[in-house]
Amino acid sequence: MEWLQQLINGISLGSIYALIALGYTMVYGIIKLINFAHGDVFMIGAFVGFYAVTSWQMSFFPALIIAMVLCAILGVVIERLAYKRLRNSTRIAALITAIGVSLLIEYVTIYIRGAQPEAYPKDLVANKQINLFGADISSQSLLILGVSITLMILLQFIVHKTKVGKAMRAVSHDAEAAKLMGINVDNTISATFAIGSALAGAAGVIFGLYYTKIDPLMGVIPGMKAFVAAVLGGIGSIPGAMTGGMILGVIETIVSAVGFSLWRDAAAFIILIIILIFRPAGIFGKNTREKV
Amino acid sequence: MLRIENLNVYYGNIQALKGVSLEVNEGEIVTLIGANGAGKSTLLKTISGLLRPKQGTIEYLGSSINKKAAQSIVKTGISHVPEGRRVFSNMTVEENLDLGAYLRRDRANISKDLERVFELFPRLLERRKQPSGTLSGGEQQMLAMGRAIMAKPKLLLLDEPSMGLAPLMVKTIFEIIEEINRNGTTILLVEQNAHMALSIAERGYVIETGKVVLSGDAKTLQASDEVRAAYLGGI
Repeated sequence: MEWLQQLINGISLGSIYALIALGYTMVYGIIKLINFAHGDVFMIGAFVGFYAVTSWQMSFFPALIIAMVLCAILGVVIERLAYKRLRNSTRIAALITAIGVSLLIEYVTIYIRGAQPEAYPKDLVANKQINLFGADISSQSLLILGVSITLMILLQFIVHKTKVGKAMRAVSHDAEAAKLMGINVDNTISATFAIGSALAGAAGVIFGLYYTKIDPLMGVIPGMKAFVAAVLGGIGSIPGAMTGGMILGVIETIVSAVGFSLWRDAAAFIILIIILIFRPAGIFGKNTREKV
Repeated sequence: MLRIENLNVYYGNIQALKGVSLEVNEGEIVTLIGANGAGKSTLLKTISGLLRPKQGTIEYLGSSINKKAAQSIVKTGISHVPEGRRVFSNMTVEENLDLGAYLRRDRANISKDLERVFELFPRLLERRKQPSGTLSGGEQQMLAMGRAIMAKPKLLLLDEPSMGLAPLMVKTIFEIIEEINRNGTTILLVEQNAHMALSIAERGYVIETGKVVLSGDAKTLQASDEVRAAYLGGI
């Protein structure tokens, strides 16, 4: 039952990508910005989680929540300081700013604590092998999957059932019409950044738990892969980001499993190229035709 | 209720409104007619806070609202049905109507008002769970108006509700506008369909290239030679 094991590994990895991809896609949906600093928020989440469990002796779940809260605040600060004033300028200006913010976060982190990597404690969460239909599955993979799926369900609930979620959907569809409903567009955009960044923070802690090693530049590759996942699913689409992340995780795991582990990272970008050629709107992408 | 004085609005360097003054009294239907690009929509957008005037005052219920943000203006009881309906086509009819009541907290009254909207527009009740992007133009206009009513406005700004609709639908929409007005909502109606607009309004203003060129009693305007020549298809 090797394949089942690989599938579960792939889905666990994919759920990390999915959590990061959600932030990309939500922010894109609402202000049409590819927030390249998002991978670094993920990195900050991993470090906050690390310090929470090592310096403050917290257990996994409180550390996860602390990381989510601090990343949410960081996301709002980034939006207010860097992106808000660029809302009416060209998209390329905002995009370049996002790259600048990304570098700023990476190197300020290195400046403050150095570039050396850290390792999450092995015993943070008890890890048992569970035998399921003949496959050995680590309880950690299941925990990761459980946390990710819970967060995604929570997100769906927020987006579809709460007032702030409805406001987010309204602003992403037509910000001016949303204003006429009495929706505070600025606050709604901030809320989007807060939620997206909190999910990235959670992904950071989960990543640390799963891969152990974290460092200040760890956000770059997962950030880019999550971006690929978001494009694969259809940028702007929340179910798209979830599916895109999962598919990407499974494909990467399969590529490694069949013996091409050095090609793992390349797989993601080959996928990006293929989508951009054949289906630029992604799996759940909206038809770009507009009805006048 | 609404008094606008000497309003100047610019898009960059282009002046869209040139010293517009206008007044709407409580309970009235006032119409603003004029050709494409005359500044009608600009005026409504300025009232609802989407645009900022460079000079001039907008006084509503005795206080100035020039500097208020759009969402606070909605709170004071002004609802704007924008040109082209602008319904949230990614959401259902019901979700659109819920968003209309976004700022309200009085749940019990909201569901009462929802019923009232469905009485005014029975078509929306049938299509309640349908994505609003699948509605016809007329139905989307009904939804946009219903959504605005859900905010319980004292003053309703309507921007070209007849645009692109079949004559029969236009008639229905105008009957509903009159009914909304009878129920106690003051209406400022922007229209290109001058004939229909003047037939339900008490008073009217004619706007040309950013200036009010004529104003007065709707019946008088309807009979005036200038209006007939310019907007009612010849004398």
